Amino acid sequence: MTTSTLETPTRVDFGARTVVLRVGPFSQRFPLRTLLVSLALLVSTLAVSVAALCLGDLPLSVPEVVSALLGQQSGIVETVVVEWRAPRVLAAAVFGAALGVSGAVFQSMTRNPLASPDIIGLSAGSYAGGLFVIIVLGGGPLLIAAGALVGGLAAAALVYVLAYRKGVQGFRLIIVGIAISAMLSSVSTYLVLRAKLEEALTATIWGAGSLNPVGWSQFLPSLVVIVVTFAILSALVVPMRQLELGDDAASSLGSRVEGARLGLVLCGVALTAVVTAAAGPIAFVALAAPQIARRLTRSAGVTLIPSALLGALALSASDIIAQHALPVTMPVGLVTVVIGGGYLVWLLIHETRRRP
Amino acid sequence: MTRVVEPPPITSATLPANLSPAGRSTLRRRAFGLAAAVAALLAAVVLSVLIGSKQLAPDEIWHALTAYSGTEADQIIVDLRLPRTLVGIVTGIGLGVSGAVIQALTRNPLGDPGILGVNAGAGLFVALGVSLFGVAVPAQYLWFAFVGALVVTVLVYLVGSAGTGTADPVRLTLAGVAIAAVLTGITTAMTLLNDTLFKALRGWDAGSFVERGLDVVLPATPFVLAGLVIALFCARSLNAMGLGDDLASSLGTHIVRTRVLSVVAITLLAGGATAIAGPVAFVGLMVPHIARWIVGPDQRWILPYSAVLAPTVLLVSDIIGRVILWPSEVPVGVVTAFVGAPVLIFLVRRAKASTL
Repeated sequence: MTTSTLETPTRVDFGARTVVLRVGPFSQRFPLRTLLVSLALLVSTLAVSVAALCLGDLPLSVPEVVSALLGQQSGIVETVVVEWRAPRVLAAAVFGAALGVSGAVFQSMTRNPLASPDIIGLSAGSYAGGLFVIIVLGGGPLLIAAGALVGGLAAAALVYVLAYRKGVQGFRLIIVGIAISAMLSSVSTYLVLRAKLEEALTATIWGAGSLNPVGWSQFLPSLVVIVVTFAILSALVVPMRQLELGDDAASSLGSRVEGARLGLVLCGVALTAVVTAAAGPIAFVALAAPQIARRLTRSAGVTLIPSALLGALALSASDIIAQHALPVTMPVGLVTVVIGGGYLVWLLIHETRRRP
Repeated sequence: MTRVVEPPPITSATLPANLSPAGRSTLRRRAFGLAAAVAALLAAVVLSVLIGSKQLAPDEIWHALTAYSGTEADQIIVDLRLPRTLVGIVTGIGLGVSGAVIQALTRNPLGDPGILGVNAGAGLFVALGVSLFGVAVPAQYLWFAFVGALVVTVLVYLVGSAGTGTADPVRLTLAGVAIAAVLTGITTAMTLLNDTLFKALRGWDAGSFVERGLDVVLPATPFVLAGLVIALFCARSLNAMGLGDDLASSLGTHIVRTRVLSVVAITLLAGGATAIAGPVAFVGLMVPHIARWIVGPDQRWILPYSAVLAPTVLLVSDIIGRVILWPSEVPVGVVTAFVGAPVLIFLVRRAKASTL
């Protein structure tokens, strides 16, 4: 310690400490703090997931769960862990990650911490689309998924077009999104109202966002879509960072601005819609995850990987609360809406305090 | 006009005598417009009695009104359509005037009891009333709706103006949306726990005039009218407060008293309307704007215009809801969302979106 002080009398601050990873010709620089936070989030998510596998009507110990996952158990324990709990636990993590990334993409694109799929009408569109298929067309899971995708895309397109006036300004986007959301929710309310009571109850549970009905057969197709979208997004990260500097700077840095933006919007919509199709609109994860991640990593803008991990952790933890905190199993969306909405209120107060 | 020294105090009673010819013609135009609006309201009332799922001849309607003898037509008119029309009028006054007061008080062009979460607050407290205190008939929803409306009005205002003391339109809107989301989430959770509550609130939730008899309207009417009187009493002070708090208080306006009275008025008006009809969005948003287009930024005219125009809009929406999918009905809340959301979008697309 003393020798180093002698050799370098004034310590030069080079900013955040970074770690450089090199694989062959590729290299990537990570801020050290981001790396550590990401690792911590990953470990926490794993811990929460294992806890979720243990908890339930049939309480299991950690060794039992691990051996069941490794295929060393048989009978009821294997069925409970592998067939019932595992898809739900994985879905919570993967869907949470998808929502976190979706929110991060929109917030990065609009440079606005409040622009998330929930606020700008995507979730309402997906919900109305899925509901239309359930109640009016009476379609199966695949059609419902298609309806949710189409609904989400249509709502996104509508909001974008209506908010467009010499460019899309964050404030206008949000208010137009609120308006379109209100219209779509009133359609959804009407659809629920004309349905039979049982159908209506199912629709309400789905509408609140629930991982109850998610088994392997629902989870795997969603997983494929999410993985493919993540792969496409990883190619768009560089233009996304450049777009954050403004359109002019981005195009002078060599990005094709409109193409990149369209790709980002499509990826963001696809992630939200796929989750909505499988589990219903799970509110506010996409809004809160990127912002909490940004505060934890102390990064300048929203970052995709920490947002994904935080989304995964948030949804996994919320699902445990939803299943076990109350005497009756709640839809997880209700837990996230209460926690996330509370977070949004805090964010509003906090943002004001910061710039009085 | 020659008395230069000591100009008489300008009150609404002395104002016309001091007006220039141009002022007189404005006054005449505004009075004429108000008369036309009343005529439109009367027309809407007549149509609301005439039109419905069951087609009735005018002489049958006349018979029902003059010589009630208990035939089917008589019952439809006197027991269904007349109360329903009254519901529309009282709800309309409540929503329209509360919207105008919210917009004036917060200097926020996007103010609406639905958007700002007042309805959601009333909804939550009604749900609490049903599930905790066993309230069974809509007539008893009233008190719970008032408490909910009051709590949420204050809460949203505090969050929306936290830190700076002034309520920025976007922040206020977002605070309303966030708080509404949390409260709606809690309400949904409660309805899922409780079948009776689900059934009781399913129709109420959509915002509808169906099955709201005189037993619901009559207890709420005095409160809505009291709210209207308080709002009109505040009109001059609200005008002054439109100039900013400092200027208003130097003009002799009692700022705190005006705020408190305005919040009381909003509570009575929005809470009463919500207790009767459930959450009906966007009427409170669009009607004050229509009034402002006609009369300009003078609350003494905006408030009476809103009180007349809002019931008209609501009755026309209800009539549209009755005929558009004839013979089945669309709840009026769905129709107003479809009429009102485009108005909101139009408002934010204007160049000066955030000014009144």
